[in-house]
Amino acid sequence: MKKILTIAFRNLRRYRRRTLLTASLVMLGVLSVLLFTSVTGSFKQMMIGQITDAMLGHIQIHQKGFLAAIDTLPLNRNLKDTQVDKVRAVLDNSDAVAAYSTRLKFGAMFSTFAETTNIRLNGVDPDRELQTVPLLGDRISGRDKPGLLAKGEILVPKLLATGMKVGVGDTVVLVATNKDGSVNGQNFVIGGIVEALSGPGGRDGYIHIEDARSLLRIETDEVSEVAVRLSDIGLLKNTTATLAKELATLRGKEDKPLFEIHSWQELTPFFNIVKMIDVMTFFIKIMLVAIVLVSIMNVMVMAVYERINEIGTIAAIGTGPGKIMALFLSEGLLLGIIGAALGIVVFLAAVAVLNVVPISFDFGQQKGLLLEPAISFAEIVSISLIVVAISVLGSLQPAWKAATMDPITALRHV
Amino acid sequence: MALVEARDLHKSYQDGTTVVHAVDGVSFAIEPGSLVSFVGPSGSGKSTLLNMIGCLDRPSSGSLTVAGQDVSRLTPRESARFRGQHIGFIFQDFNLIPILTVYENIEYPLLMVQNWAPERRRRQVETVLAAVGMADQGHKYPQQISGGQKQRVAVARALVSQAQLVLADEPTANLDKATALQIIALMKRMRDDFGTTFIFSTHDPKIVGTAEIILTLEDGRLVSAEGHGGTP
Repeated sequence: MKKILTIAFRNLRRYRRRTLLTASLVMLGVLSVLLFTSVTGSFKQMMIGQITDAMLGHIQIHQKGFLAAIDTLPLNRNLKDTQVDKVRAVLDNSDAVAAYSTRLKFGAMFSTFAETTNIRLNGVDPDRELQTVPLLGDRISGRDKPGLLAKGEILVPKLLATGMKVGVGDTVVLVATNKDGSVNGQNFVIGGIVEALSGPGGRDGYIHIEDARSLLRIETDEVSEVAVRLSDIGLLKNTTATLAKELATLRGKEDKPLFEIHSWQELTPFFNIVKMIDVMTFFIKIMLVAIVLVSIMNVMVMAVYERINEIGTIAAIGTGPGKIMALFLSEGLLLGIIGAALGIVVFLAAVAVLNVVPISFDFGQQKGLLLEPAISFAEIVSISLIVVAISVLGSLQPAWKAATMDPITALRHV
Repeated sequence: MALVEARDLHKSYQDGTTVVHAVDGVSFAIEPGSLVSFVGPSGSGKSTLLNMIGCLDRPSSGSLTVAGQDVSRLTPRESARFRGQHIGFIFQDFNLIPILTVYENIEYPLLMVQNWAPERRRRQVETVLAAVGMADQGHKYPQQISGGQKQRVAVARALVSQAQLVLADEPTANLDKATALQIIALMKRMRDDFGTTFIFSTHDPKIVGTAEIILTLEDGRLVSAEGHGGTP
């Protein structure tokens, strides 16, 4: 095998320019795929991180039917305090759960005394909320006090603050109607401005959960949703399934399930973008396969055509069809390996440059996001293996042609 | 027992609407250790006959035995194996592999066809390199040596696997007279040293008379056999 590889390597060296050209094509293909995968992967991970760590959490638990009616933020679909206790017990028992936060979501009228508009609000426990969505703090601007939020304060979405011409320190009035139809109003001081984030809840304001209960005149511990942060997002699928199974055992009066549980993927339309990126990556890989296949096949057909007399000679002196085939397959294999190795080296150099001079981009309301391309070792290995396998596949037909060539015809070829 | 025995050997093929009888009812026997030449003008069937003896082509009819094996019905894979074990080839254009050195060209059949152990292989290659007078040229590539030297290497490559039979199709066609005669002399010496049977085809007047047995072909038929050891 070593000798076959040596002969194959020398044959590649014989046609140096052609080998270089083909290896460069393969290298470009590998580089494009690695760069695309790493940049989109980085974008994906960053956006997923933003969405889960600054807003949604990894998992959310609601009373059955809440999510279908979320546009109206129905207070009659809240989890009762007894139900919340059951959810807490399940979450406290799970090793995969790092933190969770209970939220009271509702709509209110937001008045500056001069103007009035609607606002969607989250009543939260500031400490638990920060443990569950640690990047929420980064979305707050203009705040000069410690902590996320104090009682009597409101965090106002940026677009609303701009539209209503209010800023940190201004006093506003929130007026809300509770589920019994009773209307109540309270004064709040603006404690910070929340940067908008793409997706549902990205333009919500925040107040303390006790202020929310007071405004809505709720005397129990009922909440609209429980946001859950996992210790490792890789546990998402299993943990969602486990929690769903455990919560399914808690049934209502008519033996109907009380809770619904959703992972972040079901809660944000960004997941469709993630899926789209994955599909694009798949098609980019198919293009790579096509580039490698066509390049290698072309060069190997040429190699066979140019060496017909040589093939006749080695066949005449007794080289079996299997070894002749192995000789040409080895050339394709080496071309694939050289191209893939060059692609990886150039890719690593490109990543090093991009990490020194990062790409900045805007996504929706988010400005100046920095891309730091990164790719897993497994992904590099998988792309390299695809390239090498396709290189061998591309050499198969020319190698077969060489192996089955009639020695007499081959020897007569000039 | 004859090393090569042909009985009423025919080879015909279709050329458009015409059937061409390239070899037409040839019979002969060649004893081991002979130096035989097939002579005749172009198209007389010399190369076709050599191809059949070398298991590169199959006869249309008749029987052909080489080294005790009926080779007329071998599959391509069996033919390749048989050639690797029993037959060496020398070509008119030398047909050395340009990416391999002289040493590696000679080593090729032992490595890629017969799979000899490295030390045994080294000894054998060095022996035949010395035998053909190329011991100091092993490191060179084919393009760095002369035509006569290339044919010496080709002889060495044909002999290295201890083939019983070496077939040479017009081995001196691309050589000047002096070099051509040296190659024939080398083949004779190798025959004497290793007991190998050499069969070569030629229509080159400068070497026609050098073989010990001369089988003359015309229009695919064997018209005469001269010398000792060959029986038409």
